[in-house]
Amino acid sequence: MEGTTLVVIEHDRGALAEASLEALAAARALGSRVEALTIGADADGLTDTLGAHGASVHHRANHEILTDYAPEAWGEVVASAVRAMSPAVLLACGTDRGNEVLAQAAARLDLPFAANCTELSPGDALSMTRLRWGGSLLEEATLNASMWIVSVAHHLHEPSEAPAECSTSELSVDLDPSLARSRVTARVEREAGVTLSSAPVVVGGGRGVGSPEGFAPLAELAAELGGVVGCSRAVTNNGWRSHTDQVGQTGTRIAPDVYIACGISGAIQHWVGAMASKNIIAINTDPQANMVTKAGHAVIGDLHKVIPAITEEIRRRRAG
Amino acid sequence: MRILVCVKRVPAPGSKINITADGQRVDDTNLGHTTSPHEECAVEAASQLIEEHGGEAVVLTLGGVEAEEQLRYAVSVGMHSGVLLATDGGEWDPQRTAAAISSAIASLEADGGPFDLVLFGNESADSSGFQVGIRVAHALGRPMVNGAKGLRVDGGTAHVEREADAGREAYELPMPAVVGVKEGINLPRYPTMKGRLASKKAGVVTVEPAGEAGGLAMVTLKPPAERTNETVILGNGPEAAAAVVDVLEEIGVL
Repeated sequence: MEGTTLVVIEHDRGALAEASLEALAAARALGSRVEALTIGADADGLTDTLGAHGASVHHRANHEILTDYAPEAWGEVVASAVRAMSPAVLLACGTDRGNEVLAQAAARLDLPFAANCTELSPGDALSMTRLRWGGSLLEEATLNASMWIVSVAHHLHEPSEAPAECSTSELSVDLDPSLARSRVTARVEREAGVTLSSAPVVVGGGRGVGSPEGFAPLAELAAELGGVVGCSRAVTNNGWRSHTDQVGQTGTRIAPDVYIACGISGAIQHWVGAMASKNIIAINTDPQANMVTKAGHAVIGDLHKVIPAITEEIRRRRAG
Repeated sequence: MRILVCVKRVPAPGSKINITADGQRVDDTNLGHTTSPHEECAVEAASQLIEEHGGEAVVLTLGGVEAEEQLRYAVSVGMHSGVLLATDGGEWDPQRTAAAISSAIASLEADGGPFDLVLFGNESADSSGFQVGIRVAHALGRPMVNGAKGLRVDGGTAHVEREADAGREAYELPMPAVVGVKEGINLPRYPTMKGRLASKKAGVVTVEPAGEAGGLAMVTLKPPAERTNETVILGNGPEAAAAVVDVLEEIGVL
């Protein structure tokens, strides 16, 4: 493809987001020249990494209101970079921030934007496939515009190195100071430890768990395996667990080595959050449950009896 | 205060989403319909703010005439009135949708005064475009933050919290402002009998939406590749525990 693909790089106070390496890999797959844009002075040192992943220019945008994340200001910077460089494609990874910044830029440029694409085929228009319903449905679509703004679905492209000679370029930024109105004013760092999205083991409970107290044996098994507890939307809707534990389209996408799904029917909303699990063991009284038929392994039975038996067996083997 | 909540009517799928033969929409013949989940929470957030601060909340949707069901439901859980931007029910692209909502907001504000807050969902469950609220905010010249997991109002400021990889972020938006709400911010209430009665009587205004088609055009919907899968049944009841632990050992998580 002719022209340049400009990739918006995400970072948190200089720590590069792995998702942006996926975006660079996706940009290279288009066969065009790849350039990268970072926002905020903390990212000035990322040139070597960006070059190693195929960027030939590292555009650096700095301004006093760009120190911490600010969706409108970041969108404005991206829009002005696009006006200055006229790339053929503007691309980012479809994370919360990636989609937000591209939508802000697209609104400012009055151009269409396609979120969470899985395939891109450039032609007169850009033909693409993108995710709907969190990935339980796909849409084939075309983007007709003078420049194509797309995000690529997260966890789709494997980051890979493709070293390029990477020069740096300072982007002069003229920002209306009022855009500071929507910047981050404070933040609370997450406590160290495994999170639902990064846990190697998730023990999930659904409606079949029956009560908030019913999760105690699940938590015990999770602790035994160095994992965390997850749950379905039915559980959070009943107020049994906090929404931060919810696996699904409107919750967290998980990708553990093993997902132990207990008393979960496996509705689409839940499945799209769990389908990236490397192994699934379902425990359910209903052998026809969607979760059972989609799992690699299953136990048919009452989770309240099966889970403690598993925990006990693990302890027995460890003691023996 | 005055709040506008923008919602979308979507099918409520169970274990599989079927597509119509022409590939143009989800086959909802045997499905119920609901409000897109993030927006259900936006309605609840508005109800709570009105309970705390007083004022009026209006719910708006763009969709076929059937979407009046979702407007009346929103009234049953605390909204005061509804606005239906009635289409023929077909797909509207994000730019066109945003243009229609922006111009509807302008005329609603000309008649009834400005909205301190306009709330959206983080993204719609069905088309998942991640942009209509942001486009509307830009057209109105208002600050916007998406993905809100916390929202409170203090004087002229909307305090928004959201989750990021590194932790929780706080924003202070001067109102009028636009906020995209994410599920988990609250637990939506169920309608009361009084709410149900109010929803039958509440005024729902129907307006013909105006907006030019944008550059993103759907060609067809298609199912994702089926993962063929043979489930190995490890056993029945607690007797299967040993077989489960064998599998866990094999995977290497013990």
